[in-house]
Amino acid sequence: MLEVNDIHTGYGPVKVLYGASLKAQSSEILCLLGRNGAGKTTMMKAIMGLLPVTSGTVTLEGQELHRLPAHHVPRQGIGYIPQGRRLFKELTVDENIEIGLMTRKQSRDTRDWVLDLFPRLRERLDQQAGTLSGGEQQMLATARALCLRPKVLLLDEPTEGLQPSMIEQIRQVIVKMRDEGFAIILVEQRVDAVLSIADRVTFIENGRDVRTTDAATLKQDPSIIAQHLGV
Amino acid sequence: MTVAGKINTLHFGILLFLLACFFILPAYHVGALSRIMVLAIYAIGLNILFGYTGLLSLGHAMFFAAGMYGLGLSIKFLGVSVIPAFGIGILSAAVLSVLVGLLALRTVGVSFMIVTLMFAQTIYLVVLYFGEYTRGDEGFVLQQAERMLLNFDVTTEAGRYFVAFGAFSICLISFAALVQSSFGKRLVAIRENEERARMLGYDVWRYKLLAVIISGTVSGVAGALYALLFGYVGATFASVQYSILPLLWVLLGGAGKTIGPLIGVAFMFYLIDASSAYTSAYMLIAGLALVILTMFAPRGIAGILQAKVWPWLP
Repeated sequence: MLEVNDIHTGYGPVKVLYGASLKAQSSEILCLLGRNGAGKTTMMKAIMGLLPVTSGTVTLEGQELHRLPAHHVPRQGIGYIPQGRRLFKELTVDENIEIGLMTRKQSRDTRDWVLDLFPRLRERLDQQAGTLSGGEQQMLATARALCLRPKVLLLDEPTEGLQPSMIEQIRQVIVKMRDEGFAIILVEQRVDAVLSIADRVTFIENGRDVRTTDAATLKQDPSIIAQHLGV
Repeated sequence: MTVAGKINTLHFGILLFLLACFFILPAYHVGALSRIMVLAIYAIGLNILFGYTGLLSLGHAMFFAAGMYGLGLSIKFLGVSVIPAFGIGILSAAVLSVLVGLLALRTVGVSFMIVTLMFAQTIYLVVLYFGEYTRGDEGFVLQQAERMLLNFDVTTEAGRYFVAFGAFSICLISFAALVQSSFGKRLVAIRENEERARMLGYDVWRYKLLAVIISGTVSGVAGALYALLFGYVGATFASVQYSILPLLWVLLGGAGKTIGPLIGVAFMFYLIDASSAYTSAYMLIAGLALVILTMFAPRGIAGILQAKVWPWLP
């Protein structure tokens, strides 16, 4: 579905990715693992068109994304939930969702669908987004990205800084979305959090993908994790 | 009452109050309120860009001046009547805002502030350079005969008040509708987090350009109206002072609030008015009040109202 093929990118003169590739398929959670600074977030940004891809390709169902202006990428069906959530704090929960719906002119069905995924948001529609708890903000950020009815969802450390009960809820939603047919790319620091839900894992090291393997294999042989993450 | 109902009641209540002021207040305050309403339109213009879209322009005087000179020069040199002259004034501001928007929006943050300031200084210098026509700092006066709106004399107190009131009403109501529309919400989304808005698929640059154009054009309306109602066109209105003033009004009244501009202009006008009765150093008192207000109410007077009384304030 989403294919990243041998891309090179970075921030101005600083190159971060040197020929990184990955493949995300529908009904699958692909997890990106790597040490700090390995290039996981950079990979997300490159997919979203926020960084210039100097060589290599990013394609969604055969269509090239890396040549599109950044604001066209989400319209092709990719939802991105960056690290640190970043809501429109002054707007209410309802307005945040409304903004998400407007880009691809989605209907009330979509609104109902995302609110069914996160019933807690339905109770707080008129509340200002900035006054939500951390977990609720994460739910809203996810809900807003889902308003685009994406085929692929990129999540950058969605459970960072949340309490365990919230982490569990977010994880359940991620699994549910996988079961509904989404392709999900998940960046996580916490290996234990990943292994229980990931289908495949791609290790990123020094700006390259060094190994892609089934999560089941990793569970049987944790030494692979130690080898790449040094923990 | 629904939130929309409350908002409409507030806005129409304010307009009703302003209408009543004409019949209740003494002549001096009626005159002052005409000026306040026209300047509040100017502040509304800046508020769209600064308060709602989060773009700080330090050069809005150029749009005000474009409206003012567009109207003034076309009456003076082309001999056109008020309505087409008004159209020329608005068009001048609109064209200028398209040009400035296209160029200045290539920058962000502090650079955007500096570029707008620079453009405004250029316009100011252009006004001075063509002093033969604009009469530079000294400016020129539009005669009473040149300021007839069809058969309506806008130079009388009542004429001036009702034209200012009519224009302000239209601006306030359409501004309120704009910021509550989905377009307005998108502007707020850009202000809150530009990158996030882009990641939801919005062409942020296009929205910012539209905001500059609307904001500049509304400021031009205020400039043209000012020249029409007060009969004077001068380079002071293109100077940096007139770019800073609307910023102060908006900050004091409440940036990103529909009623902020009117409150800010009225507050500052009467603050200077009252303090100048006691001392010639009235700007010192005004400055002190500004510092205190910014320290203790960073979101302006409308911000206090929102926190204490009306949480639904748009």
